[in-house]
Parts: sequence; structure tokens; C-alpha cells
Amino acid sequence: MSAGGTNAFAPGFYEGNRPRIVTSRFGMEDSHSLGRYVATGGYDGLRRALARPAQEVHEEVRSATVLGRGGAGFPAGTKWGLTPQDVWPRYLVVNGDESEPGTYKDRLLMERDPHQLIEGCLIACYAAGLSQCFLYIRGEMALAQERVATALNEAYAAGYVGRNILGSSFSVDIVLHWGAGAYVVGEETALIESLEGNRGMPRLKPPYFPAAIGLYGQPTIVNNVETLSNLPWLMVNGAAAYTAIGTPTSPGTRMVAVSGHVRRPGVYEIVNGTTTFRDLLFGEGFCGGMREGRSLKAFVPGGGSAPWFLPDQLDLPFEASQVGPAGSMLGSGAVMVMDDTTDIPKAALTLTRFYAHESCGKCTPCREGGTWLERILSRIVDGKGTDADLDQLLEVGQSICPGAFPHASSERLGISAVPFPYRMNTICFVGPSAYAPVHSALTLFREEFEARVTKRVHIPVTAVGASR
Amino acid sequence: MSTTETDAGEMPEVPADPNAVSISINGRTVQARKGELIIAAADREGEYIPRFCYHPRMSPVGMCRQCMVEVEGPRGPMMVVSCMTPVADGQVVRTETEQVKRAQEGMIELLLANHPLDCPVCDKGGECPLQDQAFSHGPGESRFVEEKRHYEKPIPISDLVFLDRERCILCDRCTRFAREVAGDPLISFTQRGNNTQVMTFPDEPFASYFSGNTVQICPVGALTAQPYRFKARPWDLEQRESTCTTCSVGCRTVVQSSRDELVRYQGVDSDPVNWGWMCDRGRFNFQSVNSEDRLDTPLVRQSGQLAATSWSAALDAVAREMRSAGGAVAVLGGARGTNEDAFMWGLLADAVGSNMRDAQLDDGLPAAVLGLPQATIDSACSAGTVVLLAPDLKEELPVLHIRLRDAATKRGLRIIEVSSHDTGLTAHAWRSVRCEPGAQADTVRALLADPAVSSQLASGDVVVVAGRANLAESAEHTVAAIDALLAAVPAATVLPVLRRGNVRGALGLGLAPSAGNDAAAILESAANGRVGCLVLLGADPLSDVADADLARRGIAGARFVVAIDTFMTQSATHADVVLPAAAYGEKDGTTTNLEGRVSNVVQKITPRGTSRADWMVAAELLHMLGKDAGVATLADVQKLMATRYPAFGAAVSSAEVRRNGVVVTAPAARPAASAPAVAPRSSYDFRLVVSRKLYDKALGTAKSPSMANLAPGAAVIVNPLDAERVGARDGAGVRVSNAHSSLVLPLVASASVPRGTAIVPFNQPGADIRELVRRGDSVTDVRIESI
Amino acid sequence: MARLTEENVRLAQEIISRYPKARSATIPLLHLAQEQDGYVTDDAMAHIAELVGASPAEVYGTASFYEMFKFHPVGRYVINICGTMSCALMGAEDLMHHAEEKLGVRMGGTTDDGLITLERAECQAACTEAPCLQTNYRYSFRVTPESFDALVDDLRAGRLADEIPPHGVVARVRQHIPADRGAGVHAPEDVKSAPAWLDGKAAL
Repeated sequence: MSAGGTNAFAPGFYEGNRPRIVTSRFGMEDSHSLGRYVATGGYDGLRRALARPAQEVHEEVRSATVLGRGGAGFPAGTKWGLTPQDVWPRYLVVNGDESEPGTYKDRLLMERDPHQLIEGCLIACYAAGLSQCFLYIRGEMALAQERVATALNEAYAAGYVGRNILGSSFSVDIVLHWGAGAYVVGEETALIESLEGNRGMPRLKPPYFPAAIGLYGQPTIVNNVETLSNLPWLMVNGAAAYTAIGTPTSPGTRMVAVSGHVRRPGVYEIVNGTTTFRDLLFGEGFCGGMREGRSLKAFVPGGGSAPWFLPDQLDLPFEASQVGPAGSMLGSGAVMVMDDTTDIPKAALTLTRFYAHESCGKCTPCREGGTWLERILSRIVDGKGTDADLDQLLEVGQSICPGAFPHASSERLGISAVPFPYRMNTICFVGPSAYAPVHSALTLFREEFEARVTKRVHIPVTAVGASR
Repeated sequence: MSTTETDAGEMPEVPADPNAVSISINGRTVQARKGELIIAAADREGEYIPRFCYHPRMSPVGMCRQCMVEVEGPRGPMMVVSCMTPVADGQVVRTETEQVKRAQEGMIELLLANHPLDCPVCDKGGECPLQDQAFSHGPGESRFVEEKRHYEKPIPISDLVFLDRERCILCDRCTRFAREVAGDPLISFTQRGNNTQVMTFPDEPFASYFSGNTVQICPVGALTAQPYRFKARPWDLEQRESTCTTCSVGCRTVVQSSRDELVRYQGVDSDPVNWGWMCDRGRFNFQSVNSEDRLDTPLVRQSGQLAATSWSAALDAVAREMRSAGGAVAVLGGARGTNEDAFMWGLLADAVGSNMRDAQLDDGLPAAVLGLPQATIDSACSAGTVVLLAPDLKEELPVLHIRLRDAATKRGLRIIEVSSHDTGLTAHAWRSVRCEPGAQADTVRALLADPAVSSQLASGDVVVVAGRANLAESAEHTVAAIDALLAAVPAATVLPVLRRGNVRGALGLGLAPSAGNDAAAILESAANGRVGCLVLLGADPLSDVADADLARRGIAGARFVVAIDTFMTQSATHADVVLPAAAYGEKDGTTTNLEGRVSNVVQKITPRGTSRADWMVAAELLHMLGKDAGVATLADVQKLMATRYPAFGAAVSSAEVRRNGVVVTAPAARPAASAPAVAPRSSYDFRLVVSRKLYDKALGTAKSPSMANLAPGAAVIVNPLDAERVGARDGAGVRVSNAHSSLVLPLVASASVPRGTAIVPFNQPGADIRELVRRGDSVTDVRIESI
Repeated sequence: MARLTEENVRLAQEIISRYPKARSATIPLLHLAQEQDGYVTDDAMAHIAELVGASPAEVYGTASFYEMFKFHPVGRYVINICGTMSCALMGAEDLMHHAEEKLGVRMGGTTDDGLITLERAECQAACTEAPCLQTNYRYSFRVTPESFDALVDDLRAGRLADEIPPHGVVARVRQHIPADRGAGVHAPEDVKSAPAWLDGKAAL
């Protein structure tokens, strides 16, 4: 395997010598242009899809088991099938509000290959009978917005989007929409609220999943950018080719960003299900090991919300059915790596602060509890904590996520794993995510906290004078 | 089902009601309705689940997370939010397990983390859901040692409401109410996360007619009402349940006092009427009862001046004049009092042989409209179609507006509005058509010719909501429109929206005018010297009769004028005898709302000075005239009333009169409408609409300090294009004139008014439009010129 | 304090026309207002409320939820330095201290000349290029004290004027749906049946 250099046009992207489904054009300077896209087989997938009945296209996607790449990993084809019968119109909302700490792949997909995403949207709309598409891009991603806007303008002019696409009876508008800075909008019901012009506060789901009651109260499919970007390739190559890559439960590839203390932090398209964390962190085709000969202390395997892993878990593959029981999740495809120089309480604080800051303020445990965690942690980091604060952190966590919280096993500590997922007292996962780093850090590295805090001395209260 | 306390076998096999389900709450099997929320089912069964954001009259939001309970799931017990989770057949709910207790205590601790705990100086302290539930469901201590959130406190967000953001627990009740119930989204959550705050838009106050409800439903002391701030501690309050008589909706309330002073009214949830809501005018006008300006002793005119006297001297004078007037005694008013007051005055009028009486002041609809097949608020809200031939309900009968708005936005009611301008319900109307004054019947006929409208009217129950929308036109136009509608839809029912609190009771209990002898005719008679004794029973013709000239001539022409009122009204200053009346909250009795619903009103405080209930005055006069009715107590009055009006009697003696009330229906009769001819409007003229705003110079408002400044003031409102034509800018003074008079008013340009129509709100501070209105005119046209 | 200009009202109406409900255009219109004035003024919010059929309080409620909208004037350039984990692991804190010293302002402050506002930001989705920052939402990767100084010097010298538009302008390219190409909005009240292509026949 050759390491491959970082990509001149997509900083941080490494091609490597691997199957590439969604990043095949990343090495070309003009990969975002319609000309290059069409010249490299672009919109062939759409043509093939339109040549078949929509139901058949839907079936093809279903049989390929394209796992959602936004974090929850729910298969796209199955999700499309959850819309109620005979309720129209139905919408597609594309989640390009990528903001999970550690994650960036959707941004590259939008910047480097916007037509691939557009084609994916069209295939989804066609297959699932979605009659208008809203492409929601994170507000802070100026370049991605420009690239997608340009691509859409080109695609409209060329007849790929809009009325009677490619001369067929298939008509759909893709409306470019953009956010304004709020992490929680990445949650699909909050995304819908935001798209309706409201504060991006999540709606309680069961029994009202967006597939049944979504945008404007209509059936709505919310799919992630990377998920949709897989569809053109899938239409051209077929489900069998797709499932030939990876494992039956995790077919295809997925993009993973590895950041932190590795030699070559970067974004990699990896084979799903078989690639292990060790491959990714230490493999020569990937990150090439820790920086400057340092050793691995811990890593966050699936974006900032995920409970942490230790070197003990390095040999786990990117396979939800194995990572879950081991105490964490694959999430949005982001690994953050900490070497032995890392100040663990401080590292946990950077994540907890993030989630406390990004709480929408709806649920009490997240709004009040997240900030409380941040403030205790911050005192501890500043050397102003007491030993009582450590238990208090766990107590606050109990009000957010009651019961046992998932964590990894550790040979060193002699503890075994508590499997994912957790229970939560909140509507969405932002509150639990503020607690996850605290819980992981405190469970796996309690001694680092203890070294930072002072012991509280109990002073008994005595009466001023004796009563007799 | 997994192992539970409830054996599945105990559940009834096939529930008789297809919507009934059986669930188990804490081991007890109870019946619930499909779609009902767990918390609502639990409430009904007396299983209290703590909550802050849940309110049964608003959509659930699941924000506070306080109401979490355990529900048995396929993988063991699950924690769910009971305000968002519907019941399901066979569901097993537990509200008191260790896990639930732990979650509830955790939530209270979190809510208290940033709460200031300034309970000793908080108005809510003692009746605070946060305080109470911290006690009943809290952990008993806080481990929060960090600095609490700080905001400037409290800040006025309107003339009536103060906001303390430090106390706020962000339950979304006030903001949800403003958006969802009132339709006035003038407050919103702002900022995010831990910094989330309820706020108005900068420099735009929370000027909602319903703002007081947000104070009532606030589960902490974050929202306080200016008139109640620091007035009393909850444990010092005494209260009785009553009915608001500010308008004819008849909202159920509790009247609260402290040290024999009214300090607060709160809405009570009456299912057929107000659902717990009140308008601000009704909620805050208790201040006027406490006003220093109240009349507290009888007055008689001596050498041209009104001077204090004794009741016996004053009543002697009245009895003498009544005797000498022969049958020429007239009684105007009665709609502001109780049923018992009206009944006794009707009795007195009978006794002196008077055929001149009217509870309205030429400002309502002919009393015969009450004889049409009647609708109720509930039947209007559950109808397929409501036809509005009414004033802007948001201005005149605000809680009826809320009920119809709710029905139109959530329950599939279709509203067809016929109005001279946009109203609060226009945005929610299925069809809203503009019609010039005088053209109501033609407009209705044109609507009926529209196939879409006629098929809508044929698709379900139809209720006509009818009232007097314009005081500058003949009431007959509205009657003719009702007539046209009933001719096409004979099964339609009518909900008369007459404004004064007990107008229906007064009209039904002896104060309805005899044929052709309504208030206007009575005043005309008085002007012609044919009224010997004119009794103003809580009526102020000089302020309230639309034809100012007629009122002046009538008062001046009456030989002897008796004013019975709580304040020295404009008309009372011309009276020969003024008798101080007990106000709302100072007397017991019953009232009748616009549906004919009879419910009780209560005495909570001692009447001011020597003031008395109106019925007592009538009883005394009957005695002095030698026609003693034999009544000494209210119970005596009610007993006598039952003999004359058995339906009212039955209602009054029912226990329901102290809760949701009892609807008394009047015998059906069909008024004969004869709409006076309408001359075409000259293209230079504007056709005048004189309509009411919620806040005006009415004494209940004007004598309530916190509302005294809320009246918008006199103005003439026209379409922006008409303003351009007149050549006047928004806010500039213009001359409004016709053959009768001329005056200067500020002009307001608004697209809510169609071209050719001019609206002038009634009874506002500033120039008095009534000078341009004459009773006999079918419609009123005015010319508007810039000056 | 300004309402939207005539040109921006035209743009606003074009944006609104793409959504089944006008309210959906709230955030795009707020961006338009910020593009016009550099921050979101009260007048602009009141104007947007009229355009989308909401109350000003609702528009303010929405606007203030989102980080990017400023309600007071800020510098021509807003520099956001990321402080979330990946950047923190790679020295973001030192970079922030350096930035404060270089610019002579604390986080949240604006330089005296009104050119640069410095802010601490959360994850900007460039974690492998840590520490990163954005200047008016344009990235700088693997920022060092030296490269930060160079950026500031370039901004001050006007050398980046072409690359980085003034604060408020995010994307410089707008979507345009040609009238003859658009498939049109699909509002719930208008569309009651399945789309034409779903009737099972091959579409092409």
C-alpha cells in the first residue's frame, strides 16, 4: 500500500490505494465542475435510475444497505420506506450541517464533488417519490455553499435538475438552504425546525418521526450528504458491487476523519466493517502512527459524542455491531486521537464545553446539567476542584443519562465494558454528549482528576458553650 | 407483556367504547381514551405527576422533563415523558418507582440550580409550583455551588407585565400561550442553551389583550402583573369563585381579596366557556372597584348642586317623583348588574306602570334576536361553519375570539367573515369579505350565490355569530343579513354577541323594551318632555349612546333623573338624585352570558361606603310605593324570580350555577327585519364605521390605573390610498365632517380598512365622533379633508 | 439601522418563492440583512418579519439562536479561532493567547480601527488541519503564530480584499432557478397526490 500524499485540492484528504466510491474525483483540480463531472461518468447513475421504475431503484438501494453516515447509521433504503402510504407531498432534506467535533467529510464532499451530491439527491427523490428537496448546508461553510450553488446553477441550466429532468416525467427542485451556526441543527428534527424558520430546537420523536411527520407536517426524509453521495456509484455499479465491499452488515466504504496526535491526521475513505482502528491509526496507508514516537493514550472513535476508547480497543473494526458492545459508537466517522502528553481533564473540558455551548436550551437536564458539568470541570482544570466534585460530576450525569453509562473495558483498570447505547432524560443526544467525555475521562483516568483536586476536610460543628 | 402488578387477564376484553383503552397506573387498572396523554389520564385518576411545562389547554412540548414516568416496554421499564406519550391499551405506567423518584429529584435540582431562591420577596412564593414541587418531589438540598445566572430584574415588558428572567425556568408556557392561544407572538425565546431567555422584540412591548394569562400560568414568579405586585401574600388571600361580567362571555374566575380589598382575579377553567383564560380588561379591572373615585353616599340636587344625603332622604325623593310621574317612569340600563338586580327593577317598572325600559343603549341588536334559535360557544366551535356578522371579537369579546380562533386553527371550523375591515379573526377565516356599512344583507346574498360557500354551508352545522359591528349605522342592516342567512340555511343557529356583561339576563328578566319603545325612543320621549322620572341603572347615555345629540336632549328633557352607579358618570352629573351602587365583587347574585348561561357572581368585599345592590334599591322603592314584593334577602328575590321566570329559577337553584352555569333558552321568535334604504355614497365621502376597542374611556378601564393609559385614543383610520387621496400623512390631523357636525382627528393609514370606509373607534380620549352620528340615519357618511 | 434595500427585497422575494411557506426563508433573509449592513439591525428584523409573515419577536427569537448573526456592529473581518478538542489538542489555546496579544483585544473584542473582531469558536469541521480558524468563514489551516501574524498583516494591508468579502457576505454565489426550468414549490395545501413519475412506468 502506498501512503499517497495529502491532496493539493482537498487539504487533509489522503487518497491511498483503496476502493473509492465517493472520493474518486478528489484528486482532480476541477472535480467540482459540471464538465469534469460529466466527463468522469457523472449523472450516469441518474440516467440509469430514470430508466427503471422508481420502486425498483428504491429496492436496489434497500438491498445495498447504505448505512446513514450522519451518526445513527440507519439504512437509507429502509428509512425511505417509513413514509406513510398516500400522504403527499413528501420532501427530502439533505443534512449538510456537519458540526460534530472531529468530523469533516460532508464539507469535502460538497466542496470537491457537489454534482455527485446533487445526483444523489435526485436519485433519492426519484426512488422515494419526494417532490421537493432542500439542501441544508452549514452556515459557516462559505466555500461549500459557493460550490454547491454554482453546481446547482450549472445543473439547472443543463437540464439535470428542475422540470422534466433529462426529458423525463421526473421533476424536482433542489433548493439550496443554509444555516447560521448551531450544532444542534444537525439533529434531524431540529434541522426541520430550522428549515421552517424557527429556532433549531429538536422535536420529540416517538411517535412523530420525520418520515411520518416532518417538514411542514409532511413525510420527510432527512439524509446525510455522504449517504446521498454514495447513490450515483451505486446506481452505476449495482447493489452487488456495493455489498462486495466491506461486510454484509456494514457494506461499502465510509469517510473517516482522524485528527489529533497522529503523524498524518486526515480524511480517509476506508472500507467499512473490516478496517480496524489500528489499521487507521497506525497503518502506513493511513495515519502512520503517533506523532514523534509518542504512545497512544486514548481515542474518541466516533465524533465528540462518543464514549472514549483505550489502546485495548484498537483491533475493533468499523462495525457497529462490535463497537456498540465495546462501549461506544461509530457516529459520524471521526476519530480524535490523544497521545501520552494529553491532559485528560482538559481534553474532556473542550468537548463538554462544546456541547454545553451548543445546547438548544429545551430540555432541563441538557440546558442546566451541561453547563453545570462544564463549570465543575472547568474548576477542576483550574485547580479549584475538590474531591467531592468528582462524584458530583457523575451525579449530574445521572440526571442527564440515568443508569449505567457506556464505557470501554480496560485491562489496566480491570473493568469490563458497558455496552452502548445509554438511556437519556433528554429529547436529543446533545445533553448526553456533554456527559460522555466527562464520564469516559473520569472512568478511565480518574487518577488524573484526583491529582488535580484538593481533599475537603470535614470540620465538625461544635457548640459555642456547653449547655451545662 | 412482561411481569407487572396488573394481571393482563383483568383487563376487559373488548372495551365498549372504540376509543376507550385500559391502562394500569401504579397497579390500578383505569380507563383512558385513545390518543390521550398519560399525564392527562393520570390527572383524572388522581395520580399526580409533577410538571411545569405541561398545560392541558396547550400543545405539549416536553421541555421541562419533570413529568417522566416509567412505562413497561419490550425491554423492561422505560422512562418516558408523560406529557408527550399517549396511552396505549394494556400500557403499564408507574409514577412512583425509585427510578422515577430519582429522575424527578434530579430535574428539580437542575431547575433550582440557577433559580434565585428569592422566594421571601417573590409574589409567587406560597403558590409557586416550583416551590411546591421542590417540596413534594425535590431532593431537599442543592449541591450547586457555582455562581447563578444573572439578568437585570425585573424588567417591564408591557404596561401590565413584568419579567424576571432569573426566576424563569424556560417552560415555554407564556411563549406558547402567546403564539398558540392568543395569536400574539410578541414574546419569544431568544438566545440559546443556558442563555435562553424569554424576551420581546427590542422596543416592542408585550401588548397583548391576553397578557395576564401568561402571569397566571407561569409556574414561577418570572412573570408578575403590575396591579398585583407586592399587594398580598398568597396565604393572606381569601377567594371565591365567580363569573366575570366585563363582557357577555362570562368567563369563570376566582375573585381574591386581602384585608377587604380586591387584589386579583384569576381565570378558572370552565370547559364550556373560557378554558381558564381571561382578557386583560376583565382580569385587571378590579382596580376600579378599589378606586378612590367611587361613589360612597347618596346625593341629591339642592339649589343646583349635588349634595350628600341619607339613603332615606334620597329614596323618598325618588319615590315621590315616581309617584308623580304616573306611568312616565323610564328605566335605562341594568345590563351591568345581576339577574336579580334586573328582575327587581323589571318588577318595579311593572309596578309603576312603565312601558319605557331598555337594558341596551341603542348600541346592540334588537332584543328579538335573542329569540332566534340559539347557539352556544361550544356549538359554534364544533360547527362546520361560523358566519361572522359581528364586531371584531378580539376587541369586544376577547375570550370568544380565543375559542373561535382555536376552533378555526385546530379543530377544522371554517369561518366566513362579513366585515367592514380586517379583524383579529380575518387571518383564520376560510372566507373574509369586506362590505360597506349598510350592505350586509346584499353581501350575504352574494356570498350565498357562491357555490363553494353554499356547499360549505350545506356540509355541516352553521352558526351565525351576530352583533353590532357599527354604531354609525342602523342595527337593522345586521338583522336583515341574519334574516337573509336564515332564509337560506333554516337550521342555522345564532350566537348573539352583545357586549355588556348581563345584557341577556336583563333583557330576559324584565328590562327588554316593549315594541318600538327602545332606548332611543325613550330618550326621544324624554327630550319631548314625556318622561317624568328617568332611572339610569348603571347606564350613562351621555357617554354610551352613539347619537350624542339625542342623549343630550333626552337627559335635558327628562323632568327628574335618577342615576344609580358606582362612579359619578357624565350623565350622573346631570341627575337629580345619585345613588351609590355596590360594584362587582361587592354583591352576590347570578349573571347570564351571551349564550343564556346563568352562573353565579359573588360578594367578596364589603360594599363601598353605603352603596347597595341595585335589587335592594328596587325592593325599598317598591315598599315605599306601597307595592312591597316581600323580599328581604337575595334568596327571597331568587324565589320570587323562580315564580315569574321558572327557567331562570331552575338554573339559579342548580348546583351547576356555581360551576359551569346552566343555559337558559329563550322562546323562539323571528324578528321581522326591515333594513332602511341606503343612499349611494358619494365618491368624495367615506362611509363611517364606529366600533369599539378593548380599551376605551369606560370607567372600569379608566379608573384602573394600570389600564388607564391603554386606550389608543380617537383617530380616523382609512386605507393608505385614501390617505394619499385626502393628502394627509399618517398621524396628521384631518377634518372629519358631515351635515351634523365637524371635528378634527388624527389620521391613521391602514391596509386593514378597504377604500371608501373610515373607521373611528368609539369612546376614546379625544374628539367625540358621536357628534356626527344621528339615530335616524341608515348609514353615516363623512367627508375627510386635510387641514 | 436599515430595512432591506429595494434590490434586497427583490432578492428576498425570489428566495421566499422557493419555499412552500415563507417562514422558511427567515434564516436566508437574515443573512441577506447581515450582508447588507454587516450585522442584523432591528429594522431589518422587523422588515423580515413583514416579508415572511412572522412577528418581529419571532424573527429575533430565531436570529438570536444562531451564532453567526450579530446584533451590534463588528469588524470588517471576524476571525473565529476554533477551541474544540482537535484544535485544542494541537495548541489552539496558545494560538488564542497569541491572537489576543497580536490584536490587542480580548476574545469578543474588536480592534480600535474597527477592522478585526476576534472570537472564540467551536468546531469548524477542519479537525485534521488543526488548529484552524476562519476569517469571515474562510479557512486558515494549521495556523501557527507566524501564519496568524501574516494573515493579520495581509488583512490590514488589504491584500485579501478579493479573497475575503466583508463580514456578512458568506457565499458569493447565489442559487438561481430559471423560470423555465423550475419544478415549482410543492406546498402541502396544493399537492395531494403522488408525483407523476411514481405511477410505475419508466420515466425516460
